[in-house]
Amino acid sequence: MNFIAIKMLVGNRAKYIGIVVGLTFASLLITQQAAIFLGLMTRTFGFLTDTALPDIWVMDPKVQYIDDLKPLKETESLRVRSVEGVAWAVPLYKGLLKARLPNGTFQTCNVVGLDDETLIGGPPKMLEGQLANLRSSDAVIVDIVGANGKLARTLPDGSRVPMRIGDTMELNDHRAVVVGICRVQRTFQSQPVIYTTFSRATVFAPRERKLMSFVLTKAKPGQDIHALCQRIRETTGLAAYTREEFKALTVRYYMKYTGIPINFGTTVVLGFIVGVAIAGQTFYNFTLDNIRYFGTLKAMGASDFVLLRMILLQSATVGAIGYGLGVGTASALGLLTGSTELSFRLPWQLLLFSAVAVMLICAGSAALSMWKVVRLEPAIVFKN
Amino acid sequence: MSKLLWKDTVDSANSIAVHCKGLTKSYGSGSNQVHALCGVNLEVRTGELMMLVGPSGCGKTTLISVIAGVLERDGGECLVFGYDFKQMNSQEKTRYRGKNIGFVFQMFNLIPALTAAENVAVPLIINGVKRREAIDRAREILCRVGLSDRTNAVPAEMSGGQQQRVAIARAMLHNPKLIVCDEPTSALDHETGHKVMELLREVAVGVGRAFIVVTHDARIFEFADRIAKMDDGYIVSVESLRTDLSNKNNTNR
Repeated sequence: MNFIAIKMLVGNRAKYIGIVVGLTFASLLITQQAAIFLGLMTRTFGFLTDTALPDIWVMDPKVQYIDDLKPLKETESLRVRSVEGVAWAVPLYKGLLKARLPNGTFQTCNVVGLDDETLIGGPPKMLEGQLANLRSSDAVIVDIVGANGKLARTLPDGSRVPMRIGDTMELNDHRAVVVGICRVQRTFQSQPVIYTTFSRATVFAPRERKLMSFVLTKAKPGQDIHALCQRIRETTGLAAYTREEFKALTVRYYMKYTGIPINFGTTVVLGFIVGVAIAGQTFYNFTLDNIRYFGTLKAMGASDFVLLRMILLQSATVGAIGYGLGVGTASALGLLTGSTELSFRLPWQLLLFSAVAVMLICAGSAALSMWKVVRLEPAIVFKN
Repeated sequence: MSKLLWKDTVDSANSIAVHCKGLTKSYGSGSNQVHALCGVNLEVRTGELMMLVGPSGCGKTTLISVIAGVLERDGGECLVFGYDFKQMNSQEKTRYRGKNIGFVFQMFNLIPALTAAENVAVPLIINGVKRREAIDRAREILCRVGLSDRTNAVPAEMSGGQQQRVAIARAMLHNPKLIVCDEPTSALDHETGHKVMELLREVAVGVGRAFIVVTHDARIFEFADRIAKMDDGYIVSVESLRTDLSNKNNTNR
């Protein structure tokens, strides 16, 4: 009876396309919006992902997320170093500074100051130049997206020239020379990222009494990281988080204090409703259209079980096609917008999530149809 | 199935195929209750084509629905080849219908997405025959009803007469013992209706099989062996048109 079910389904072309389109849109909306949401959330801790070497991030106890900067005294790094189990602890500067570009325009940049001696916390991938070049005078490294985008020069004819090694800019009236181009993860604020040394960053930054943002800390081999965090907290009175804990803290902040989850959640729910409204309703109508034929099959000896299996098969077929098309379209959009500002992250868990959502829509609409068919009196076949 | 109630005449030539006694059925309740069958007594013999005639709303369709086991009766007795649907559970009833009863409907009820051969094959597929074998057998029977060149046509590509011939082929393919037809010619013009009835008599009526045809169409009464007239939920008369049923049926086989 399976081939009859499939032929009945695809034979009613308008309804079949309607159901598939409904499920495709539902799947697309749910997947794409959730992927953008996940992408945005991933960007919130992009800097933490890039800075993989330290085990522990030490900061002011009031810090709520990665960009919530509450500077520390530089001497705090020495206190952290003195905690038992710490292999090394280096200062890190992170702050937003205005860069004056050669054409006179200003651009806010995310400036990262690395420990002068070790350059720990540097970019994960150098595309041009070397990290060690930061030791030369006025040296900075810029990220490729910033260099090609917001830091690029605009020529009189309107064309844009990317910032390259050797180009200069001013950071708080101080000259900065580009000595390298790196690739980093996109940040939530999408500002260009500029790496320099800690001491130079404190020169670039407006004068403040405290300028160190974090102490990047490495545990000695064999140390229990969580126990070490606890010791640092107890000894210094500062907050100490593992990288994963700090990521979670950052995500929690954005989830709690920004409207992002509600906005995207609304769209995801909307996608679900679209699925239920269009696909569910159309599928139910499709069953109603075919109720006479289901009645005929029932009269001719098809059991309820066989008819339910037919409906489930029809529902699963449109579900699989709609899901595939929706997720495929979402993935294609993700690939096409991969090099743009649009954030997009599609892990397998999200694919599973949208599969479950589409399955719920299909199961709901199939359940309604099955209820109708089970209650169907085969005597309907004699009613004209 | 262990609910054979009436064995002595089953399967013998011109034995009783359908036995209804005091059959009642009503719809609705209270002041809205409509009595569709008010104590119907009727016997249909194997090998005969019984026509049920009468005005609209007299209970003809209700009666064949009860006989075919697609509608529950309220009271009385109704045995089909000795089996009482009321004694069967839902699964047994469905299985019995699938094996023993063929249906021909006024509006044909062919599944629009299936070809003629596939539509005809449906009862066999329901009874567990493999799809390929069922369709091969469907093609054979479609040849018998003169549609050898239309086996791959879908209903929308066929005339009303052709569709009804497909429906007849579908009703016969699994060799049921009882075929019920509801207004089989009312959607057809006179000539086509006549041909359909000729076909029914020619290929379908035979020993061991009973035929009940509900109709308004007086032009096809000539094809009946007996005509039962209904009015207001009763059988008011049963008229025999062919006295020597066995001879007639043998001739038509």
